Amino acid sequence: MPVMDTRATSAMLYLDGVHVSFDGFHAINNLSLALEPGEMRAIIGPNGAGKTTMMDIITGKTKPDEGTVLFDGTVDLTRLDETRIAELGIGRKFQKPTVFESQTVYDNLLLALNVDHSVKGTLFWRGSKAESERIDKVLETIRLTDARNRLAGSLSHGQKQWLEIGMLLAQDPKVLLVDEPVAGMTDVETHLTAELLKQINKNHTIMVVEHDMTFVRELGVKVTCLHEGTVLAEGTIDQVSSNERVVEVYLGR
Amino acid sequence: MTPHILTRSLDRAATTFILVVAALGVLIPLSNLLLPQGSLFQVPTYLVALWGKYVCYAILALSIDLIWGYCGILSLGHGAFFALGGYAMGMYLMRQIGSRGVYGNPILPDFMVFLNWDKLPWYWYGFDHFAFAALMVFLVPGLLAFCFGWLAFRSRVTGVYLSIITQAMTYALLLAFFRNDFGFGGNNGLTDFKDILGFNVQAEGTRAALFFLSCVALLIAFFICRAIVTSKLGKVLIAVRDAESRTRFLGYRVESYKLFVFTLSACMAGVAGALYVPQVGIINPSEFAPGNSIEAVIWVAVGGRGTLVGAALGAVVVNYAKTFFTSGPLAPYWLFMLGALFILVTLLLPKGIVGTYNSWRETRRSAAAAADEASAAREDGVAAPKMAE
Repeated sequence: MPVMDTRATSAMLYLDGVHVSFDGFHAINNLSLALEPGEMRAIIGPNGAGKTTMMDIITGKTKPDEGTVLFDGTVDLTRLDETRIAELGIGRKFQKPTVFESQTVYDNLLLALNVDHSVKGTLFWRGSKAESERIDKVLETIRLTDARNRLAGSLSHGQKQWLEIGMLLAQDPKVLLVDEPVAGMTDVETHLTAELLKQINKNHTIMVVEHDMTFVRELGVKVTCLHEGTVLAEGTIDQVSSNERVVEVYLGR
Repeated sequence: MTPHILTRSLDRAATTFILVVAALGVLIPLSNLLLPQGSLFQVPTYLVALWGKYVCYAILALSIDLIWGYCGILSLGHGAFFALGGYAMGMYLMRQIGSRGVYGNPILPDFMVFLNWDKLPWYWYGFDHFAFAALMVFLVPGLLAFCFGWLAFRSRVTGVYLSIITQAMTYALLLAFFRNDFGFGGNNGLTDFKDILGFNVQAEGTRAALFFLSCVALLIAFFICRAIVTSKLGKVLIAVRDAESRTRFLGYRVESYKLFVFTLSACMAGVAGALYVPQVGIINPSEFAPGNSIEAVIWVAVGGRGTLVGAALGAVVVNYAKTFFTSGPLAPYWLFMLGALFILVTLLLPKGIVGTYNSWRETRRSAAAAADEASAAREDGVAAPKMAE
């Protein structure tokens, strides 16, 4: 397929004709999507549109029934497991903030650093100055420097969301998949999160799934609207939100 | 910048634990051997053997706490690894009997003569050498745990499903070891031991030495566990326990971590069993009983899961209670009491003895800190401005 080859080489993340069904329910239906290197893309769509399933497919948690999923134009993600895909450089923030609650903020970031993740490597690990400087930098970016020694479980909801974004930063992946980063945040926190993502986007490719339209508007990036597992509309936020079908899907028919 | 692996692993509870175990390990044997019998401070030999048993149980409890308390793997079949280590030691002790057995056969243990076997089965070869037997004490439980874990963890069997198949594993071994033709003495197991390394197993000196060695083994096991849980690997284990898939998405191969601690833990349980057998003088298939493994998990829960010291303490406390109750008129009710203990601990002390003590100290310390701050503020004559979070 020559068409695929030319497009696939330039895209950081490339999905083509992906299908997934769970017990006859078509969660993802002929989904095609391409993310250019350095791009930030917002994914919107009503509940059950397949946003989280799409992230599950990209990160190896769910195997598609058919279709192509390529990373960096060459790597077939459908053949790899979660650990391998994470090692390749795809990081993920979950919908529900999942941090290691019984460990400190600092340790959460330490665990996320993209250093030797083997059993031997961690058993004989000795901290280095470079590592702690990297963690300090991340702490500053996510505004949690003062909370570094607090248990992650004691953070507020918004702080947990940031910590998880910070863990993505420490992981330093090529692509960040961010699932509903501002769910449950105050307006101020939402604004700060948009700033944070824009800052991260300077040297990372990002895919953000979000319901909050103010937030998506603030990001000011290309928007893809999913519905019933397929792309319904794509374009700027104004184009997408004025699209008749999108309005129909969101408001009910 | 990070402290050395040995010093890092010592906090106050750990230091206290090490000192207590070391003191008991030296003083109990000395008092037993040096003081005249009947003197107030002389520890009678039967108590040395009894406490030796507790120490072995403490090692087993540590091995369970390492995987359950820190990595969330609830094995309800750890008694199997303990028993396998015990059988490896028992086989060595059987071969040491030589021609002193009832049938006087220099090679074959009595039960084989009784079954009319004419030669030693191949899997008994080598057990006349202590070094070989000692190696098997690690290798057999370790290998079983490795194969079991490799299959289970790769297929992502977790939680209650894993617990159930560990029960099935120990039950299957129980049935196998009950069979006479399996070649391990069937129902009766291995017993009537005479010598260990040339010393009479019944002798006071040998019992004292075995007690001392059990304490040494407990300390080594404790050191290994502490070194692991205070390393970065320990942080990964806790991460796996608390949010397994998150850990996977960070790029950790979770199954390798589980396999590593599970295998190590099985080896530790095997050593515990090997030290246990010469002190109690028998190993039989009942050690594989699923109930034994569950009881060992209860020790850890009572002492405090994820504290190491608590696991060892729980093993001693529960077994002391067991000895106390089962030797009195309350004996028939022991299992009810054990059940009640488990329910009460789960309801009232969910963190176990040590865990509850730790959090009590934590709250007291923070209360004291708050009181200090308040009084300091009063002395300054101004209220300290509250920092907004």
